[in-house]
Amino acid sequence: MEKIIYTDIAVIGAGPTGIVAAYNLARLGYKVSLFEKEESLGGNILKTYKLFPNFQSSNELLQLFGEMIVVNNLSLQTGVTVTNIRKDNNHWISTTNKGETIVSKAVLMATGFKPFDAHYKEEYGYGIYNGVITSLEFEKMLKCGEIYGSNGITPEKIAILNCVGSRDAKVGNNYCSRVCCINAVKFGIEIKEILPKAEVYCFYMDLRMTGQFYEELYRKSQQEYGVNYIRGKISEASQTADNRIQLKAEDTLLRLPIKMTVDLLILMIGIEASESTKELSAQTGIMGEYGFAKSHSLLKADNHTIHPGLFIAGTCKRPFTYPETVADARAAVVEIQHYLENKT
Amino acid sequence: MKNFGFKISASRQLDMDTIQSDLYEKLIQLEPTAKRCLMCGACAATCTAAEINGFNFRYCHLLMKRGILDNLAKELSKCMLCGKCYMVCPREINTRSIILKMKALMTETTPKHYSL
Amino acid sequence: MNFHPFVLPFLIGFVLFFVITACKFTLWIRHLTVPQKKTIRDNIISRKTFISVWEAIREGLIHRNIYKKNPLLGFMHTSLALGWFLLIIVGKIESSVYFGKTLEAPWETIFFRFFAHGIHSYPGAKFFAFSMDFLLMVILLGVLLALTKRLHSNVFGMKKTTQQAPLDRIALTTLWFVFPLRLLAESSTSALYSGGSFLTASVGKLLTGVVTPEVSLGFWWGYSIAIGFFLSTLPFSRYMHIPTEILYIFLKNWGVTSQETITGFTQIQVNSCSRCGICIDVCQLNTAAKINNVQSVYLIRDYRYQQLKESVADQCLLCGRCVEACPVNLELTLIRKQVREKNAPSHNIPIDCTLQIHKSNAEIIYFAGCMTHLTPSIISAMKKIFSSAKVSYHFLDEQKGICCGKPLIQQGLLSESRKLRDFNTQLIHNTNAKTLVVSCPICYKSFTEEYSLNVEVLHHSEYIERLLHNGRLRIKKSSLKMVYHDPCELSRKNSRKEEPRNVLQQIAKLIPTSVEKNNSICCGGSLASTGLPPEKRKQITNHAIQKLTENKPDFLITSCPLCKKTFHQAKLIEVLDIAEISAMHLHEEITPISRTWEGSKQLAHLFSGKKLPETFQK
Repeated sequence: MEKIIYTDIAVIGAGPTGIVAAYNLARLGYKVSLFEKEESLGGNILKTYKLFPNFQSSNELLQLFGEMIVVNNLSLQTGVTVTNIRKDNNHWISTTNKGETIVSKAVLMATGFKPFDAHYKEEYGYGIYNGVITSLEFEKMLKCGEIYGSNGITPEKIAILNCVGSRDAKVGNNYCSRVCCINAVKFGIEIKEILPKAEVYCFYMDLRMTGQFYEELYRKSQQEYGVNYIRGKISEASQTADNRIQLKAEDTLLRLPIKMTVDLLILMIGIEASESTKELSAQTGIMGEYGFAKSHSLLKADNHTIHPGLFIAGTCKRPFTYPETVADARAAVVEIQHYLENKT
Repeated sequence: MKNFGFKISASRQLDMDTIQSDLYEKLIQLEPTAKRCLMCGACAATCTAAEINGFNFRYCHLLMKRGILDNLAKELSKCMLCGKCYMVCPREINTRSIILKMKALMTETTPKHYSL
Repeated sequence: MNFHPFVLPFLIGFVLFFVITACKFTLWIRHLTVPQKKTIRDNIISRKTFISVWEAIREGLIHRNIYKKNPLLGFMHTSLALGWFLLIIVGKIESSVYFGKTLEAPWETIFFRFFAHGIHSYPGAKFFAFSMDFLLMVILLGVLLALTKRLHSNVFGMKKTTQQAPLDRIALTTLWFVFPLRLLAESSTSALYSGGSFLTASVGKLLTGVVTPEVSLGFWWGYSIAIGFFLSTLPFSRYMHIPTEILYIFLKNWGVTSQETITGFTQIQVNSCSRCGICIDVCQLNTAAKINNVQSVYLIRDYRYQQLKESVADQCLLCGRCVEACPVNLELTLIRKQVREKNAPSHNIPIDCTLQIHKSNAEIIYFAGCMTHLTPSIISAMKKIFSSAKVSYHFLDEQKGICCGKPLIQQGLLSESRKLRDFNTQLIHNTNAKTLVVSCPICYKSFTEEYSLNVEVLHHSEYIERLLHNGRLRIKKSSLKMVYHDPCELSRKNSRKEEPRNVLQQIAKLIPTSVEKNNSICCGGSLASTGLPPEKRKQITNHAIQKLTENKPDFLITSCPLCKKTFHQAKLIEVLDIAEISAMHLHEEITPISRTWEGSKQLAHLFSGKKLPETFQK
């Protein structure tokens, strides 16, 4: 039985971007339908524990999201994937995997990102050795408040490696993912708070402390927490006889190759375009580089696409931090409002 | 002459105004991928030769870039050309080609034409 | 004796051709090494000489190998080579019959119709006239095909035809002129004095009344000049392959083998290349990356004319597809390595570490190789297989390895490679082991071909096959569909094509591909090339994956860490090594290798030893 929903705006993706945009559009009096392919709200925020740079709890944010979606005019559907969007005269037709058809005046794509699959950097031993985990798996450990090393015991030595799947032509991602540097600094502090005796080594190519309080946090991690920073990319990891992880890197400042045995290696995985982002932008012909959706003009119309009525916001465009993606969602609201007012 | 307890020696500074960059200019013409090295050190970390003789591709490349050529030929000879460095390089630099071309430039045999 | 001044250009060319060719042959044979010369002396009086004669006829005249690769191209070569050869032979017999002597002057044979024009009655005159006309027609057809090929190579199913050097163009043009001029000369003589057969007589009839004796003589002059010009440029052009190929066939059959460095035998091979261009069509640099000026034919051409550029020598992947395709059976990749050797920079690798001695009573020693350390899943799979089959092993390069030396050989740095070889040989011999299992086909090829080890060397695909055969390893069969990619270093010269397939057939459903066994392709990651830009490598990789996955397999299986890594990073299909897929199908329950995002979550649970609470739902 086919169901048709008429609405003003269809928002695809209920991560931070989608929720903030939908909430604000609904407050302006528009009828908004919000779709989320997962069963729960929050997108990638669900996978995190605390956010940089002020250690805001993700749970608080999720609670906030829960309060936002009960606003009038907003209808939310979870567990529904929008599989197709197309333009039909003045309207946009979206179809879902549940057989629904949504007819709307505008569509906002907030389909977000997916984390880089660390298996593609096989040399780090992810999925092969115990004790090699991704940043998201480490967030999960933090949520539980307990950190385990490769032997299932509390680690004494932890290495954090930046730029896994970012700035790496070998896996086809030449761009910087923006969030990992500061996230690694955050991890350093979090580890030292739970395990003050553990040694933490952060391997980096460049540390990009671009946001407010980032540099201060970096400094704090060195001054107050004693996190060690080594300038050099880890080339490979192997397993020792006692199931620990042996790393090879170069201390580029010392110009010496180093090896180091650790109990836990955290791979700071980068941001890639999500499957929904790739699929929907391919369908509508707005796919840009690396599978991200491409805006009409970076400096003049960054929420617009080449199609009037199809808007994009958040990490479906490029890597963003949380404050940036929320700001982008609000910017999109203004553009959509302007579009809908001029239309009728 | 009175001995003041110290002696004047050659400056330890590298004078960037007078560095000998003509060889590096030739190198990046022959192998333009050399230009994009970001000095991450993955090549030196993975290097099989590094463990047995201390070879360091990144350092050799930087020496030529800065025009410090005194020991470069000797350093370059340590490479085993196994190609692991290319496999881990995040900027896809054609490392082995750069080594062979640096060697050719160092020995002043022009790499443009093959002699017979 | 009949003589006319117009035969002089031919005569000069004829003499020059013989003198220069003889000089060149002598020079090359003098440049053979002592063992090579000894091989010739030992084998010259043997059955091999007769085999060579037959092969020379088969390949030099009939061009059977070109026929096999491309029938139309084969016909073109046959019509020109066999046609011309028979024209000379039949012409010789005819002139001998006519003049009644066995040794007449060569110009009397070549310009027979000029000296013996008109109608004559000698035994078989009509038969001779007909045969000669028929052969001329066949050759003219060949010339026509050659012209077509040069203008529209796609008619021959060839995407690319060889770009020729200037001297070749001169020789080529004069060759094209020889036979039409011969037709005109003989036809004009026929028009004036009658004679000839269906071809020359018919054309002669058309010319009757138009030609004067002066014009006819002009045609004979033209014919003589064209043939003289061709003969004198031949030794300096690609047509030198006609006499040289015959010499090469004899030397090859007598058992002369190539050395690592350039010898007279290399020169002979270089001059035997007919520049047919078949190697361009099979080369992946051409088909996938649109590079079509570095293939073997160009390496040989530029080397011969002493204008070889580094860019031509260094981009090749040494996959060996051209060697499989070459109709003349030239050792093309070997020639390339020899050329690289000649121009390699001096190198002196210091080895500043003491030789470690591992006395080990293990059943086998395992050598992963440099590249395998970047694909640790292969190592961990091999460890699982060893433990499942209860094999005691000693991991030779677990902590510290040294390159096998193959990449140095590929770049022509032979003495340096020997240094590494000696080091590794001592390392291996010090262990007292009987069997060496190697995971990297490059190392495997190096150990089997370059080293003389007193241990048995097996690639891990062979070893797994043996374990399965002995019943020491037991695996389950699944319904997965997979294709197998033959790594160049393992499948070509070492011919380990069946062993991996035997293993895979016991594991899952192996689907055939259009690019397997002898027609296998390179993954694009080959170490042999130093000059190939990364973006071109990616094109070759993507093209190869596209070819391999035409039948939509679940997995792409290979048995080389370099191939695996190259294919894996393209992110187009799940790629596994044969060791990994075997370890995943072991009979006893083992921890599955997690390969998905979800799987890694399970892994996080597994190693923590505690159950992680799910706190993610709101």
